[in-house]
Amino acid sequence: MERYYQPEIETAPREEMIRLQTERLVKQVKHVWDCVPYYRKKMEDKGLTPDDIKSLDDLKKLPFLSKTDLREAYPYGLVGAPLKDCVRIQSTSGTTGKRVVAFYTKEDIDLWEDCCARAITAAGGTNEDVCQVSYGYGLFTGGPGLNGGSHKVGCLTIPTSSGNTERQIMFIRDLSATILCCTPSYAAYIGETMKEMGLGPDDIPLKAGIFGAEAWSEEMRRDIQDTLGIKAYDIYGLTELSGPGVAFECSAQSGMHINEDHFIAEIIDPVTEEVLPEGQQGELVFTSLTKRAFPLIRYRTRDICVLSREKCPCGRTHVKMSKPRGRSDDMLIIRGVNVFPSQIETVLLNQGYPANYQIIVDRVNHTDTLDIQVEMTPEMFTDNMGEIAARQKTLVEGLRSMLGLTAKVTLVAPKSIVRSEGKAVRVIDKRKI
Amino acid sequence: MVRQISVFLENKAGALAQMTRVLADNGINLRAFSLAEASDFGIARLIVNDVYLTSTVLKENGFVLAVANVLAVAMPDAPGGLAHVLECLKGANVNVEYIYAFTSDKPGQAYMILRPDDETAAMKALRNAGIRQVEQEELGEM
Repeated sequence: MERYYQPEIETAPREEMIRLQTERLVKQVKHVWDCVPYYRKKMEDKGLTPDDIKSLDDLKKLPFLSKTDLREAYPYGLVGAPLKDCVRIQSTSGTTGKRVVAFYTKEDIDLWEDCCARAITAAGGTNEDVCQVSYGYGLFTGGPGLNGGSHKVGCLTIPTSSGNTERQIMFIRDLSATILCCTPSYAAYIGETMKEMGLGPDDIPLKAGIFGAEAWSEEMRRDIQDTLGIKAYDIYGLTELSGPGVAFECSAQSGMHINEDHFIAEIIDPVTEEVLPEGQQGELVFTSLTKRAFPLIRYRTRDICVLSREKCPCGRTHVKMSKPRGRSDDMLIIRGVNVFPSQIETVLLNQGYPANYQIIVDRVNHTDTLDIQVEMTPEMFTDNMGEIAARQKTLVEGLRSMLGLTAKVTLVAPKSIVRSEGKAVRVIDKRKI
Repeated sequence: MVRQISVFLENKAGALAQMTRVLADNGINLRAFSLAEASDFGIARLIVNDVYLTSTVLKENGFVLAVANVLAVAMPDAPGGLAHVLECLKGANVNVEYIYAFTSDKPGQAYMILRPDDETAAMKALRNAGIRQVEQEELGEM
């Protein structure tokens, strides 16, 4: 039996959700107009007032917010509540520039924790469960978010935070943790450490894991599920919007339900900024409907994904988003086709190639060329030339069906792809446009 | 049968030179050598005395390689020598994927490295025709 944390909301009919979203959007735009001069200025520049926003369809008139706006407005420029009403900040790691500092009122935290509680419940969690939160606590949203969600569900919460892996395993075993929350790479690391300690999936009581905050593949999901003997659920979120719990996976494990009572999702073409029809791949844009202290309208996430309203067997009616397939910052336009390096990587990994590759884009006789260089490995190499050529052909075909483009595949010597600071440079664009 | 080392070579100026330099620096002498090429890469096939040493130093220098058994046959270094070998394989319906030749300091003697599609059938056909096959140990004495 599928469990819901807030069944009326999570399974609300679409019409009911549209009514709720419309009401909240109109209210939120007024709130932002009144309290966030930075965004009001943007609206005024487009000749808009809150009176222009009456329906969900009017959303597309509103200006976007981007990471650049967050930088410019740092630290207080986008705060929508008096500081006396704000009770906490959370912050990003700042790996892609200046840190994002997001503010929360008491109510903001309460609603965020509801979202996390929905995710834990969707993963099968109840007040009988012991939930170990091995996300980092502190400025990072992972620990505090899932910790709050776990409390709301009524799980016995073990706030281990990340690190000290043997102690993590000790707590899982000694206190019979049934749910693990952390990044997928940390879950994999816990699995490896268990193996080194001579422990298998039957030696731990875990049954489910909620893993997010970084990209992970289906293959990695299978690995983690096998080594830990659990069902692994994806969770999505951004500090800018609240944190984990913006969207979460249900028992169907096929896309993440977006908490539509709190966030409106749109998919846009990252270049033209036009809204794309449902089912098309593009950049995910969020409007937060209930956040008071940091109310973002049409925030461009840079994550590339697809939305689906197909009926979900779990009974939830909220729209589902695919795993992010790439970042719009990485997008290449080759012969007019949008190409994401992550799509190329998917094809390579699916066909058993190593992740040592380089994408070289050039322009020869006014035509874009796409050359994918793959490092030869001992596993791939054989004395049979025909076999290697056939593999190359299969790769070219796989790339064509994924990208809609013909790419050239070149096999290069091992370690010949330049690595800077241990990380490979994936894309070289030689075009002079 | 002898052991053949196949080495992946990127289609790039100097790739082959780089490989042979590694062999030279380690005092490895080539008994036989051939190069197969596709549009964007090549495979160098080597016959050497010390397979272990050669594959180790090549790997240490970042080359990707595969080691496999191939047939080596001895024949008179005279017109018709190769034709005789191939006719006898044809008689057994054996197809040859690739072939290359070498000689030694033994006068009048030539050698062929060949990769048949059916190893067992090829060996049997050669034996029946009285064609001598060379083993790995013999390479050391050349």
